[in-house]
Parts: sequence; structure tokens; C-alpha cells
Amino acid sequence: MNQISRRRLITTGIAAAAGVSGVALAATLARRHGLIPPDSSGIWGAGETLTYAAQRLLTRHSLAREFSRSEISEKPFANEVAPLGDEFNRLHAANFVDWRLTVDGMAARPTTFSLAEIRTFPTNSNITMIGCEEGWSYIAEWEGVPLSYILERVGALPQVRYVVYRPIQTDWWESIDMADALHPQTLVTHRMNGSDLPVPFGGPMRLRVPRQLGYKSVKYITSLTLTDDMKKFGKGLGSASPEGGYAWYAGI
Amino acid sequence: MNATLPIAASATARASGSASSIVVEPKRHAALVRVTHWLITLAFFALLLSGSEIVLSHPRFYWGETGNVNMKPWLNLHLPSSRDTVPTGYGYVLPDQNGWSRYLHFQAAWVAVGTGLLYVIWGFFAGHFRRNLAPTRSNINEIGLSIFQHLRFARPSAEEAWSYNGLQRISYLVVIFILFPLMIWTGLAMSYGFVSAFPLSVRLLGGHQTARSLHFVVTILLVLFVVVHIVMIFVAGFRGRMRAMITGRVDIGSGSARRTAPSTSR
Repeated sequence: MNQISRRRLITTGIAAAAGVSGVALAATLARRHGLIPPDSSGIWGAGETLTYAAQRLLTRHSLAREFSRSEISEKPFANEVAPLGDEFNRLHAANFVDWRLTVDGMAARPTTFSLAEIRTFPTNSNITMIGCEEGWSYIAEWEGVPLSYILERVGALPQVRYVVYRPIQTDWWESIDMADALHPQTLVTHRMNGSDLPVPFGGPMRLRVPRQLGYKSVKYITSLTLTDDMKKFGKGLGSASPEGGYAWYAGI
Repeated sequence: MNATLPIAASATARASGSASSIVVEPKRHAALVRVTHWLITLAFFALLLSGSEIVLSHPRFYWGETGNVNMKPWLNLHLPSSRDTVPTGYGYVLPDQNGWSRYLHFQAAWVAVGTGLLYVIWGFFAGHFRRNLAPTRSNINEIGLSIFQHLRFARPSAEEAWSYNGLQRISYLVVIFILFPLMIWTGLAMSYGFVSAFPLSVRLLGGHQTARSLHFVVTILLVLFVVVHIVMIFVAGFRGRMRAMITGRVDIGSGSARRTAPSTSR
């Protein structure tokens, strides 16, 4: 009995030591390979980091599922947004001719593009599902300029690690890592189902990030900021979502 | 292997009616079973609470790939919602709890999956499933009797404090090898990131909304299991069964005497 419990104690001790050093090694490796999300602190940090790291290891280059034209939802649901304000209404009344997308931060050539310019850029399209963290979903065809094209055009510096994007509402901002920013399906979307992106769905311009939940596909975007450090933005958690209690990474 | 023999021997001695207290107590449940049991319990209730909160933001279920308030659900829970975009018929909207609920749900899911993997791998190597959970010939022969006794809420006999009956074995195996894996599968099939790497995981189920519906249905089955499980613990003697799952010990002296003595309390 005594011998068994001593043996058990030693085995448990070795297992615990191996576990602790394993975790330490994993943390170092994860940091080196960009597998730690900006909201990795706090009580939810462990689960959040595991989810983000596991998914990034599995999904770095994977494509969101695409559907056939016949699967496009007949009645897509446009989630309501808070009143967009006088500035939006003024731009809307003028058919968005003065809508601008400003790209700044770590770029060789920071630029402000007009909507008309953006519309002349080469586009990609995909028929993908957008789903809300609430549980509902619909399928639509989205068409727009690959974010990677815009990043290349402004001369994004090689050390850029995140793209911060903001809508016309000044109280909101989001960000994505480079796996999503350079992803071929991530589009500065200005068309949906064959016509200009309707206002309830984010028109004139929405960043579609189809491998994550809808709240990362921010509507009415007006600016992109390229950065190597999320600590410089807001509370340093990566976006307004974690500041409001929601996870930064929404691939699940 | 050797370590199990004295346990089996003394368990048999006990079962054959030696009521005197024995000093060297074999464990009813292995330490790993007890630790993983309570970790899973903790994770299960965290998942249930957070999952219920998430469902309240859209208490409707659909089949296929897509589903939203513009579409007809196959199941409407008729509960108030934490979103005013959902037509519920209630004149109020519940507070939004999805932020922390989603964080908690996935954190608890990691605990559940890690614990479950540890348990299953150990269970195969230690012979736990073969020895304790695979139904024996006598379990199967007595299954009719076992069902009858369960329906009567009869107190199990003293031997049953040392071994699972056929119904228990089958329901535990169904939970461990069917419902638990289905829960993980349907959960992951709802993840836009996961299905980008493994599209078949959701296609085989029949779509994103079907995965969500099945995740809910399997939750109901697991809740039913837990309810019956807890009721049975009370029927079998709450203190004794809790002691066995916490300390591993079965109190033979007073416990079995009380259990085998004709019940005067009812």
C-alpha cells in the first residue's frame, strides 16, 4: 500500500512537472507563431487562447464553405443597427458619392479612397454564409475588393500583424489578424446578390470576414489602420467586442 | 493486473454477506474516475447554463443550412428572448448575456473535452470499460428485472453498491460514446472557422442549422440522463453514493446494513 502510494506520488509529481513545463513551452511557441489572441488575459483567457490557437493551426489557409447560386437565401435577414447619425444620412442622401475609406498606419503610402475608386478595383466574389453569434444564418453572394489587394496598394509594411477597421459609428471598431486580412475571401464588399450592397446589409461598404461570425463583418466601414500591436488601441484587447464582453476571435 | 485481484476478492466476500467491517477498504471508484466525474459535472453545468443563455438570444431552431426570423422554424421554444429582433410574443427583452456565456461555453468545452479524452484513454488502458461498463451476460439476462426495479424506484441491493447493473452500463456507454461525441461534433460543426478546414463535418450532418438543432436535441437527452442519474442516486441512498464518488469508499458497516435491512421508513 505504502509502496503503491509512494510510486503514485512520484508519478503524479513527474506528470505535474511535465505538465507545467509543457504549458510554458507551448506558451513560448504560441507567442512566437502568433497564436495568442489580444484578449488572452483575464478569466476567459485560457479558453480563448486555446480556441484561437487551435483554429489558427487548423485554418490558416482554409476557405470558408461556398454554396451554389440556388442556395442563396431568398429572405436574408438584416440585423438592426443603432441609428447611423446625421453624417451617414447626409452621405446616403447624396448616394454615397462622398463616402471615403481611409487606410493609414503601417503603410508605405497611406491613402484615402473614394467609393468610386474602390468600385474600379478588381473584385472577387463568393457565395458564403453569414451567421450571428445568436445562432441565425443566411447565404448571399458577396462581391468586393479583396482586402489583400488594398493592403498591397497602400504598401503594407511586412511587420503588420493586425488590421483595425472602423465603421461610421464612432463608438465601434474591430480588428483581424493577417491570416484573415490576407485571406482571399476577405472582401471590402460593396455588392451583394448582384446589386449594390443595400444599406441594411452594410452598404455602401462592409468588410466581409466569412470564416468568423457576423459581428466581425462590420458594416459601413470608413477606415483601416495597419498595426503590429493591438495594445495601442482602446483597452488593448483587440476590438470594441472584448471591451463589451464578447470574444475578439469569432471563428467559433 | 495484480492490484485488481484483492479488490475483486474482497468485493465478492462482501457481496456474499460478510457484514463485519474490513480494515483494508478497496475503492469503489478509481481516483481518475472520481476526479474526471466531478470535472465533467462542473463543465456540464457551465455548458448548460451558458448554452441556455445563448439559446435565449434566438430561441428558435431550423433544419438545413440557413435559418433566421424570416424563415419558419421547426421548433419555437416560445421563450422570451435577449434580442428585440426575435418575435417572441412577449412584451419585453431579456438582458444580453451572450458575451460571457460564449466565453464560458468554450472554456468549459475545453475542460469537458480534455477531461473526456483523459477518461476515455485511461478507460481503455485500465480496462475500465471492459471490466466495469461492458454489460455482462448476467446483466443482459437480468435486464428485464432491472427495468422493472427501476420503474418501481426500488432501492438497489448491497451488491449494486459495488457494480453497475445492465441499464446503468448501457446508459453510461451511450452517454460516453454516443451523446458526448455527438455534442462535440455538432458544436464544432457550428464553428465557421472549424468547418472551413473540415467542411464535411457540417455537410454530413445536413447543414449549419441542422447542427445547431441537433446540438440542442442532444443537450435535452443529456439533461434527461442527468435528471435520471440524480434521481437514482437519491433512490440508492444519496450519502452512500456521494461518498463513493468523492472518497471512493463504500461504507460497509452501517451502509449495507441499512441497505439490506427491510425498510421501515416507507
